[in-house]
Amino acid sequence: MAGNRPWLAPLLSLVFLAVFVGLWHLATRTTAGEVQVDPEYAALVGAAAATGGKSAMPGPGDVAAKLWEHITDPFYDRGTNDKGIGIQLGHSIARVLLGFGLAALVAIPLGFVIGMSPLVYRALDPFIQILKPISPLAWMPLALYTIKDSNVSAVFVIFICSLWPMLINTAFGVASVRRDWLNVARTLEVSRLRTAFQVILPAAAPTIMTGMRISVGIAWLVIVAAEMLVGGTGIGYFVWNEWNNLSIANIISAILFIGLVGMLLDTTLARLGRAVTYKE
Amino acid sequence: MSAFRNPFDYKVRLHRGGCSCGRHHSQAEHERAEALEARALQDRAVEGAVMRALFPQDEVRRRFLKAVGGGTALAAISTLFPLGLAKEAFAESIGPLEKTRLSVGFIPITCATPIIMAHPLGYYAKYGLDVEVVKTAGWAVIRDKALAREYDAAHMLSPMPLAISIGAGSSPIPWTMPAVENINGQAITLALKHKDRRDPKDWKGFRFAVPFDYSMHNYLLRYYLAEHGVDPDRDVSIRSVPPPEMVANLRADNIDGFLAPDPVNQRAVYDGVGFIHLLSKEIWDGHPCCAFSASREFVTAMPNTYQALLKAILDATAYARKPENRKEIAAAIAPTNYLNQPVTVVEQVLTGTFADGLGNIVRDPQRIDFDPFPYESFAIWILTQMKRWGQIKGDIDYAAVAREVFLATDATRLMKEVGMEPPADPVKSFEVMGRRFDPSQPQAYVDSFAIRRT
Repeated sequence: MAGNRPWLAPLLSLVFLAVFVGLWHLATRTTAGEVQVDPEYAALVGAAAATGGKSAMPGPGDVAAKLWEHITDPFYDRGTNDKGIGIQLGHSIARVLLGFGLAALVAIPLGFVIGMSPLVYRALDPFIQILKPISPLAWMPLALYTIKDSNVSAVFVIFICSLWPMLINTAFGVASVRRDWLNVARTLEVSRLRTAFQVILPAAAPTIMTGMRISVGIAWLVIVAAEMLVGGTGIGYFVWNEWNNLSIANIISAILFIGLVGMLLDTTLARLGRAVTYKE
Repeated sequence: MSAFRNPFDYKVRLHRGGCSCGRHHSQAEHERAEALEARALQDRAVEGAVMRALFPQDEVRRRFLKAVGGGTALAAISTLFPLGLAKEAFAESIGPLEKTRLSVGFIPITCATPIIMAHPLGYYAKYGLDVEVVKTAGWAVIRDKALAREYDAAHMLSPMPLAISIGAGSSPIPWTMPAVENINGQAITLALKHKDRRDPKDWKGFRFAVPFDYSMHNYLLRYYLAEHGVDPDRDVSIRSVPPPEMVANLRADNIDGFLAPDPVNQRAVYDGVGFIHLLSKEIWDGHPCCAFSASREFVTAMPNTYQALLKAILDATAYARKPENRKEIAAAIAPTNYLNQPVTVVEQVLTGTFADGLGNIVRDPQRIDFDPFPYESFAIWILTQMKRWGQIKGDIDYAAVAREVFLATDATRLMKEVGMEPPADPVKSFEVMGRRFDPSQPQAYVDSFAIRRT
């Protein structure tokens, strides 16, 4: 049914969006204030406080205006602590890619070794099992204390959180390569190195790519929190700075951008993953 | 040069790796020697200028010197003209800076006004420094970044340099506090629903927030509660919450109130979630709050940079003291790059004409003030409170720690140099809620409290 009408799903998405924005608008509609205060006092407080209420959640209109501001001027630089959202996202992406890249450099070869040798697998397993469930942010104070550099600490946290999914998936992928293929390689007297690169790697590639995709997702989740802690630059810092100012409209805009970038990272790795899949 | 070195002297390096000119053992020594040389040259230049002024004709000068001798002439002229002072005055303005690009951390609150405003208003540049002021997420982070040397100097709460130096809450590292940033300028804010419960005796079960464990806010709130018979550990709960989260928590009804730095209090009023119950000056008028701090290593390894930086901050503080400048400062520090607050909020804090959250406009120009002098008695009081609430175990030498950390001598000299009036005595006695504090009897003071954890 859906095959006949490909426009139906996007249409439904739009309907959902419209309903959500409509509800949001209704929920945040400001009611006209009745309590009248001295105009001199009113000038000193926010619009909501002047009418006896609390400052309200911004409506869709306010957020759209803020969003437009960010989209039209994403790369401004007004000093150390005030940079455009494009620059902040750039810093975050750079940190994620750096930490993720380093983790891949460590996790994939190590995963290979672990996967190829059941002995090493059993020996390292307890460590992996203990280290894996630790929230990456729990490493932050330790990293700040030992590395003594907040930027490197943030990258380290990304490194440590992207390490485990890749390591485990690589080991699992390598360990579960079909015995037949390995036996064939052995019968043909292929060297161990060649077996690793030409038999095991292609066979385990889809599992490894899945691990990488999970890792990059986690890394992007963690970077926001890490940057809120260390400050300086990045989208996490931007969110923190706007929270400082209780500017919810800015925070919502930042959330949308975080989601968009996360989706882009995920789709990119999904594409790469599809490139290495094979049919048995 | 190495041909002239004694190869049997263990101090002599025969291989390269000394200083750039090759005459000193290290680059640091080379720079010290160069600075001394520069100073000697300066002194000569001053003497030359004085002699030229006294003897416009060189013939006369030479005859005079021949007649009385160089040494006598110098002594005679020194009595007429304060040569030593002139040399000092000349040296003050020069002194080669060891480092000009500095990074200074701050927390976005009005206490940091002098550190922040020195950037947009050009005080750092005036002393030849290129300072980057970096906004930081919280007190623990600013402490760690300062300890990690990511910041050359930092805005801290005045108890923090003491805590760092004695190793409370972190490993002991000699830290210094060359200047107080601000005095007063804090407040107790309560949620609007408590507007009829103004007596602290009714506050049992309240949940309070303070910015940090080692803060004046914590000690003042505890002091205030205890003076009203409320035990701050048993009758209420006090937790540390970063300032930006305070208003959000008050709004969400997670806390009943806080003793916080501004602009947080005024922001709670601005957003209609709280009212200002009491300004901290009503607890202790003239209490210190935040501090400009640096490691002892920075102070001793880069004395000229440290002095230039401190002078820039003292200069900014002097400007911030004048009520007529406050509006200009508010506009300079309110933007996103610094405090990231509406200008009116910052202006109300700095001018002291503010909405209290209950519909009144209060006028108190002393709401926040700026006095950089780090009185040693302030440090002693803070240490007594750390002791009182169990943050320090065992005995400490109050006066010695105070003198080591609060650099009153440097502040006196540099305040004079930027034209401020330093107090004559680095120890002053004061009153906190009507109770006199005698800095010479700290232990007796701790023992005099009924509610304490010792």
